[in-house]
Amino acid sequence: MHPYLPHTDEDLRAMLERCGATSADELFADIPENLRLKPGGYALGAPMAEADVRRYFRGLGKKNEALACFAGAGWYNHYCPAAVEALASRSEFYTAYTPYQPEISQGTLQYIFEYQSMIASLTGMDVANASMYDGATATAEAMIMAVAAGKKRKRVLVSATLAPATLQVLATYAEGHGIILETVSATDGVTDRTDLTARLGAGDVAAVILATPNYYGILEDLEGLADEVHAAKALLIVSAPAVTLGVLRSQGAWGADIACGEAQSLGLPMNYGGPGLGYLACRQGLKRKMPGRIVGATLDEDGRRVFVLTLQAREQHIRRQKATSNICSNQGLMTLHAAIYLSLMGPDGLREVNETSARVAHDLADRLAATGKMRLRYPGQEWLNECVMTVFEPLTTDDVLKACLRRGILAGKALTERELLVCATEMCTAEDVENYVEAVKAL
Amino acid sequence: MNSQLYSKLIFELSRPGRKGHSLPKYTSGQAFRVSARYAREEAPSLPETDEPTVVRHYTNSSTNNFGVDTGFYPLGSCTMKYNPKVNEAAPADAGLGPLHPAQPASTVQGALEIYHRLQRALSEIGGMSEFSLNPYAGAHGELTGLMVIRSYHKSRGEGAMRRKVIVPDSAHGTNPASAAIAGYDVVECKSLADGTVDVEDLRSKLGSDVAAVMMTNPNTVGMFEKNIPAIADAVHSCGALMYYDGANLNALLGVARPGDMGFDVMHINLHKTFSTPHGGGGPGAGPVGVREGLEKYLPLPRVVREADGSYSVVDSDNESLREVLELDPLGRVSSWLGNFAVYAKALAYILSMGKDIEQVGPLACLNANYVMNSLSDVYALPIPGPCKHEFVFDGLKDKSTGCTTMNVAKRLLDMGFHAPTIYFPLLFHESLMIEPTETESRETLDAFIAAMREIAREAAEAPETLKTAPHNTPVRHPDENEAALHPALTYAALTSGRS
Repeated sequence: MHPYLPHTDEDLRAMLERCGATSADELFADIPENLRLKPGGYALGAPMAEADVRRYFRGLGKKNEALACFAGAGWYNHYCPAAVEALASRSEFYTAYTPYQPEISQGTLQYIFEYQSMIASLTGMDVANASMYDGATATAEAMIMAVAAGKKRKRVLVSATLAPATLQVLATYAEGHGIILETVSATDGVTDRTDLTARLGAGDVAAVILATPNYYGILEDLEGLADEVHAAKALLIVSAPAVTLGVLRSQGAWGADIACGEAQSLGLPMNYGGPGLGYLACRQGLKRKMPGRIVGATLDEDGRRVFVLTLQAREQHIRRQKATSNICSNQGLMTLHAAIYLSLMGPDGLREVNETSARVAHDLADRLAATGKMRLRYPGQEWLNECVMTVFEPLTTDDVLKACLRRGILAGKALTERELLVCATEMCTAEDVENYVEAVKAL
Repeated sequence: MNSQLYSKLIFELSRPGRKGHSLPKYTSGQAFRVSARYAREEAPSLPETDEPTVVRHYTNSSTNNFGVDTGFYPLGSCTMKYNPKVNEAAPADAGLGPLHPAQPASTVQGALEIYHRLQRALSEIGGMSEFSLNPYAGAHGELTGLMVIRSYHKSRGEGAMRRKVIVPDSAHGTNPASAAIAGYDVVECKSLADGTVDVEDLRSKLGSDVAAVMMTNPNTVGMFEKNIPAIADAVHSCGALMYYDGANLNALLGVARPGDMGFDVMHINLHKTFSTPHGGGGPGAGPVGVREGLEKYLPLPRVVREADGSYSVVDSDNESLREVLELDPLGRVSSWLGNFAVYAKALAYILSMGKDIEQVGPLACLNANYVMNSLSDVYALPIPGPCKHEFVFDGLKDKSTGCTTMNVAKRLLDMGFHAPTIYFPLLFHESLMIEPTETESRETLDAFIAAMREIAREAAEAPETLKTAPHNTPVRHPDENEAALHPALTYAALTSGRS
């Protein structure tokens, strides 16, 4: 028998006898023969020994190259303290299901409550849910939530400065809901407020979606925006990479109604794009429109403070097709990662992460510009740790990427033939920056 | 464990001046400060805690949790099987942690091989042509699968006329919710007394306005839908597609393939059938498979294997490659390629099991039938077996004691077991849905059976003990009404006394 399967021959005999069967096959007598798996079964190999499985994955590891990372584009290489992984690897946490039985799930419920509290504080919102899949789907759920709250309004305005992947996910989700998604143009790397005002004026707008820092790393000036959006009876949704809220004005402080985005930046390993962590938070009045799990505090019979899943009347297992969303499993364990990360960082650590990252990025951008081979694409704009560099002809972004790759550096993400999205974090060393600059100089 | 000593929230352990980090310094260039216009005015309310405090807090918190590693988890339809430890090692062994998703394909060939090899293995097991692994969870897979179906009808000029999705009344709540989110009108079809779909009722609802029929097989009462060939024929002849909800695929491992039953589109929950951990509510993965002819609608980005054996990624910024491959993607459902680390775990499981995976379905079904046959004299069995991987009791057989399914579930917690799924499916008033999975030993099942029998005895002899359960858990029954009436959803709300 396989090591994961505990049945001995004696077990099989006794258990079949209890079932009144002579073979397990009899339990499938109701499945028509022509639907049964063909003789010979699946085209799969023999079971592999555990040592061979590990050898195989280590072999794959040799075909993956860890690079000095200057790419961001919504996915950030921040340091994850060893304690985060050690604690999140406790199998009492990771082998649990969704905490339907609160009496034996306080571990899960408590960390989700802590996570919700931290996200609410970071975003300046009243409530946060227990997570969404990623930043893009969190933004899509925010859009759907706003449309549901907006009665019959079907138009949603979204800035062209959001990540292309997020715009595509929004478009994919919008189709099913009959949402008319309109893109607000960008000028000088930021949302064109004139275009936004004009579109808002046309009426029937349920929500306006912006990001700051936006996809180009630029901090958008949202002064007065919430008033304008609210005057048009629409809701304001603002997305931000979660880590940046350690130093930047929160969505709540800008007057937004819903905050959403990607929280992978809270020390989650990059893992080639997943699992990340979508966050979603909102103002008090919208909480019953919020999708997904929410944990709340209450008392048990003995008067102890305990935590439970709450406001479940919104959810699919109760409301079925009338639910606010179909989400069920979310990114539970990643909220534990984030909660532990934020506990270790605290407000000062989170500030330091952002300020060091920004310092590296600005130093790099200055030194890249000094090579005379590229310059800042949007020099008048304020940015944190990510910016667009314009590569001068005849050089292309591909040339830069290739030259850096030869030195083990991921130079960024090419937006076009001449535009390179460059990011730095506290994980980039002085030597990495030096290497990057030398690679460009040599072009 | 001392749950009283360690029951504080992390915020209550915070002391100004403490810290739990040491971050790299960078001394070149200028110190950076955000300008006043964009700067946060007040620091976020995060705990200030040292590392030992954080470690002790979360370690103790974990001991207030029940997991598959601590005990039997017979949660129906959730397939809480053992999560092998080698799975957990696979992402790190493959060096996935430090890989940025924008890296060139040449530097992530190992990662892309994981994606492709898992995709092929799932196609073989599902009887499908190709899978997209991108959807993040089962419900997300359902939504993506319905979008494939929408794209298919649209390409045939029938997008506008096919407005309905038919869902059996026994279906998981996600099915109708996903159909609604995908923009469809949900039509429910009835179940027969044996829990299977009423084929005549289904037929009467078919027509040129139907886009798809969503089914789970075995269904949520653990019965195989034996009329599936007739259903598939009827559905296909009206131009609609068959959607397979893979939540219960575990029962069919080594037994049958959805593709061979006439299903066109399906999803798989890797965190159920393929033993990746559920994580207390994710991250899971909900790959979507399609039969031949529907591959081009799968979402971007996609991983393709080139003629020379190397792998590349097709994405929206790669128009030429898309045209060569004649793709017509439904759009995009994820930022990148989904919950990637989960794929390494599922592939580790498939490699470890190899052909032995064919024993999973039979043993899961044997375990379920063993428990069912050992308890059906004291619990009401509305649908006689044999069942597949799970079955449903309609509460205690003796209804005169006033003891409910909720009481049974809570008393099980006292006895060291997780509760079954309760009050689902909605077909019965006192549903108690039990799925033992193949990784449980006869001794464990016997202990569970003994506990269930003891509870039935208590119902008759000491009903108050049962009705006031649980008694021995870290906390007692919480006031859930109060939680919903006056929601306290954050630490700030808790301390300020407002909601």
